Amino acid sequence: MQIILEYWPLLLTGIGTTIALTLLGYVFALVLGTALAVCRVSPIPPLRAAATVYVEIFRNIPLLSLLILIAFGLPDVGLVLPYFWCGVLGLTLSSAAFVCENIRSGINTVPIGHAEAARSIGLGFFGVLRFVILPQAFRTMVQPLVNVFIGTLIGSSLCAAITVTETTYVTQQLNIRTAEAVFLFLVAGVVYLSLSLLAAWAGRRIEAAVAPGDRRARGGDGPARGAGLRLQGAGQA
Amino acid sequence: MNDAREPAAPRQPSPKQIGEPLISVRGVTKYFGDFAALTDIDLDIREREVVALIGASGSGKSTLCRCINRLETISDGEITIDGEPLPEEGRELTRLRSDVGMVFQSFNLFPHLKAIDNVSLGPRKVRRLPKAEAEARAVELLERVGLADKAQSLPTALSGGQQQRVAIARALAMEPKALLFDEPTSALDPEVINEVLDVMQELAERGMTMLVVTHEMGFARHVCDRVVYMDQAEIVEQGEPEQFFTAPQTQRARDFLSKILAH
Ligand SMILES: Nc1ncnc2c1ncn2[C@@H]1O[C@H](COP(=O)(O)OP(=O)(O)O)[C@@H](O)[C@H]1O
Ligand SMILES: [Mg+2]
Repeated sequence: MQIILEYWPLLLTGIGTTIALTLLGYVFALVLGTALAVCRVSPIPPLRAAATVYVEIFRNIPLLSLLILIAFGLPDVGLVLPYFWCGVLGLTLSSAAFVCENIRSGINTVPIGHAEAARSIGLGFFGVLRFVILPQAFRTMVQPLVNVFIGTLIGSSLCAAITVTETTYVTQQLNIRTAEAVFLFLVAGVVYLSLSLLAAWAGRRIEAAVAPGDRRARGGDGPARGAGLRLQGAGQA
Repeated sequence: MNDAREPAAPRQPSPKQIGEPLISVRGVTKYFGDFAALTDIDLDIREREVVALIGASGSGKSTLCRCINRLETISDGEITIDGEPLPEEGRELTRLRSDVGMVFQSFNLFPHLKAIDNVSLGPRKVRRLPKAEAEARAVELLERVGLADKAQSLPTALSGGQQQRVAIARALAMEPKALLFDEPTSALDPEVINEVLDVMQELAERGMTMLVVTHEMGFARHVCDRVVYMDQAEIVEQGEPEQFFTAPQTQRARDFLSKILAH
């Protein structure tokens, strides 16, 4: 307890930095991941391939390696970023791959027939996505996207390795000064747990708010082969 | 598969004038991999004409409809709508596609939108009509298919027959030059089939150009102007409904009719 009282400004800085890393990384990942998902269902083969390669790379590199590569590799090619932004970049690149996959599988839960009906009334690729596919897919994406958020939050602790003063880094520093490892890491654990639970709660609220109450809606030719596949054919020869 | 259905009113000698070809299919071939789903199809559908497309399952009827609406690309040949060839892709295709409406076997209503929004989505987002105008039009169309009171219902709150009628209103909202129906009543319970066929008959009588894939032989015989019979990716025979049903010219058509009219 004494430790917390004595070092609370430092701890608060750590928690604040954790939140900043997570929110920035997640928001950028949402943007990038959505763009990647649109590429993955687009009618243009090179875009699809590029997005697939991206996902396979960034989903499979351990975040720690990625962060170290960014922090210590980028300067070698002449790009010097503050370590905080290296952390944001690493979290963004990694989480975007997961966002992309979740959005894509959300899109695939929408029956092909809905996309075809939308095309038959004259909507183009983006119109079909925006007015017909995504509004339906969104509900199934909320929980997976909350999971990505929690992954980003937990992942942000790895930024300690590149000396960003977030919660874990602060905890390590205090441990060096006070040698109270168990207590300190319990405190850090409580911080991460609280933030995760908060995110999960927000996710449930969002999910309830967007629930149209009609997931059982019939429609779509046959089993849901997924609108994504059919969207790919949208303009293909 | 029933011939029992009689149309609501006996068919008047049609006052409508069948016009120039509106949809022209010329030498169209469609491959899925090595498999030919359509081989060298020639078909004209004229203005105000109502054509029944019949044939066994797997004969290529849906594929033909989907090619006319470019939901599938064709491997060879040409399809023109009102003289304009359908382009492979792009904005031009998107525009032309809405000239031909499509009604699907499984309705494919957008489940997150109320009936009125299903109908007004195209006019608002494609034709850029103001919301109020699009909705007023949508209400008119829902009235026309007998569903004025269901405008605010989500598709899940509607029966199959009602959903299909909303789907017809949705297609009409784009003011298409022609409508394609791909087995519009095949997913319906028998007791609601007629409510959909009645709407289609009314459209036919008001001069809508229609291509109707159907197993409702009563409808084909009494409402359509022409019957086209497909088998194994080809058009085998076509003609006046009376002629086709009473005196089919080909053995394949005779076999097909004897199977479906057996009881
Ligand atoms: N997307 C597809 N890929 C491969 N084969 C297909 C595809 N769509 C249809 N086919 C095949 O083409 C043939 C004609 O199908 P279809 O046009 O649906 O027949 P119908 O509507 O007359 O029952 C069938 O043998 C079917 O298996
Ligand atoms: Mg079919």
